[in-house]
Amino acid sequence: MSAPPVVAVEGVSKIYSTGDVEVRALDGVGFTIERGAFVAIMGPSGSGKSTLMNLIGCLDRPSHGRLLIDGTDISALSSDALATIRRRTIGFVFQTFHLLPRLTAVDNVAMPLSYTGAPVGERRKRATALLAAVGLDDRARHFPPQLSGGQKQRVAIARALVADPAMVLADEPTGALDTRTGREILALLQSLNAKGRTIVVVTHDEEVARHAGRILRFRDGRLVGDETIEAPLDAAERLRGENPRKEAAE
Amino acid sequence: MSAIEAVRMALAALGANWLRSALTMLGMVIGVTAVIATFAIGVGAQVAIGKVIANLGSNVLMVWPGNANIGGTRGPSGASGRLSERDADALRRELDGALVVAPTVSGNVQAVNGNLNWQTRVNGVTNDLFIARDWEIADGRIFSEQEERRGGKVVILGETVADQLFGDTDPIGAVIRLQRVPFEVVGVMRPKGQTMFGQDQDDVMFVPLDAARLRLVGRFRSRPDQVDMITIKARSAEVLSQVEEEARSALDRRYPQAETGEAYNLRNMTQIVEAQTSAARTLSRLLGVVATIALVVGGIGIMNIMLVSVTERTREIGLRMAVGARRRDIRRQFLVEAVMLALLGGTIGIILGAAVSIVVASLTGWPLVIAPEVIAIAFGFSATIGVFFGWYPATKAARLDPIEALRYE
Repeated sequence: MSAPPVVAVEGVSKIYSTGDVEVRALDGVGFTIERGAFVAIMGPSGSGKSTLMNLIGCLDRPSHGRLLIDGTDISALSSDALATIRRRTIGFVFQTFHLLPRLTAVDNVAMPLSYTGAPVGERRKRATALLAAVGLDDRARHFPPQLSGGQKQRVAIARALVADPAMVLADEPTGALDTRTGREILALLQSLNAKGRTIVVVTHDEEVARHAGRILRFRDGRLVGDETIEAPLDAAERLRGENPRKEAAE
Repeated sequence: MSAIEAVRMALAALGANWLRSALTMLGMVIGVTAVIATFAIGVGAQVAIGKVIANLGSNVLMVWPGNANIGGTRGPSGASGRLSERDADALRRELDGALVVAPTVSGNVQAVNGNLNWQTRVNGVTNDLFIARDWEIADGRIFSEQEERRGGKVVILGETVADQLFGDTDPIGAVIRLQRVPFEVVGVMRPKGQTMFGQDQDDVMFVPLDAARLRLVGRFRSRPDQVDMITIKARSAEVLSQVEEEARSALDRRYPQAETGEAYNLRNMTQIVEAQTSAARTLSRLLGVVATIALVVGGIGIMNIMLVSVTERTREIGLRMAVGARRRDIRRQFLVEAVMLALLGGTIGIILGAAVSIVVASLTGWPLVIAPEVIAIAFGFSATIGVFFGWYPATKAARLDPIEALRYE
């Protein structure tokens, strides 16, 4: 593979200083994530996984070490340069969706493109296509409060894809959803991955992590496990399996 | 993001909290209203003075008979009817600073030319009146010396009268009938337009003083040297008050007793108008202070509400940063909102200010002055206030840390 890895972490540390106390949130971490991978980052709270997510998401810079995103070293970039990398390379999906309540679903999806200089018509066309791809073509004109949790997360995933990023970075994407809806979202992420999209999911939920092809485990700021999953859980299949029961209940 | 899109986005954000936005604009509205009204009143007064001076002539004093007071009953001004041409002669002799002293009489007549007729005002004057009132002949000539002395049957028409009686044809040399007496038209005055009270000053004609008294205005037949008014024009503004004083003492000497009320009225017209307009100028200055305070308070109000808005929308800011908005994109978003608040307030203020100006103009009879420059200045001012007071909140928003902002509850 000649293309650079989507993420290359080389001896990265992140140190927070509060007064006299130094907190090593990450301590000499190194790994790479190849294009097209589905990686879960796991660890209990305080393990440094949130810090790592902020770094991979180009929201923050490492204190030490090198961090390459899609081949670009972001360790010494300005905040505006980081913003540009985020816009082009990373699609965020959050636990609490982070939709703007006063924009329709399609406008929420199109919102990131307003910072690209693309014409309004083109942005809307692309957003509409992505909403259709996540199965929400009939909800394009709805506002977030009119949508269910699963629908909101689908809108958020469409938004994450709108700028055609190298990687979708999902922070506890099923954390605010019931099991079934969570599986639907995981199935959607898996199908995106099957089409070649790099997916990184940050979670503390072992079952969620089992849907990925690889699990990176963190504890106390260090990488303590790098496990390849030979047979990841197939969310779509598990949904089919429980469908009759669900339908009967409804 | 295009400017139009940024504006539309800002308006949507303001509309989402429309009551709050409207209340925030109030300071701007009051401030800009006051600015527009200040200017309209200030300049209106200025223009009013200029117009009065242009109407009456500059450095002009006017004398007319006092009100009669017979057995305790006070008649209207001018009723004593005692001002005479001899008074004018005396003033002409005694006032060194006077350029001209012009006695006039006036009345209403029916003017007839062929089958056209027109009811109008006729003034019996000397050529001095044209000098006193800075009023020139547009066509034809003024009275000859002989016509003045003998009350020649010649008439000079105001523009309106000429139009009514002659239409497009040349009136010079034509003969019209005034009270059945034929008069030759020798001149037409330059048009003067309306007074500030909307009177048509060109709806008038002039004949020699004696022609009016003897042939046209009946009430002078018993007292042929009586006049209705004497207009005095001083040589310059510097000597005007001196001339006024001298005129008073000269007239006092001629009418020493006062048992029948005032013998005469003497007015420095410019002074009267200036006194009236100085009150307007004070009001205008007061409004200026109100405007300044209201604009500053309005600006601070905008800053306050923008700070609240930034805090409320911290998560939105975090999200926008996460999806790739640069700091300047965030700053622009909030700056445009602040400017839109200020501009909307300013626009309402301009409309209200124009309404106030119209009311003031109709109450005072001053000309309505709503200059486009002032509207442009008010608009520019509003935008500047929006930028000035919006800068800090917008910068605060732009400086937020995206990680903190995303986590903000």
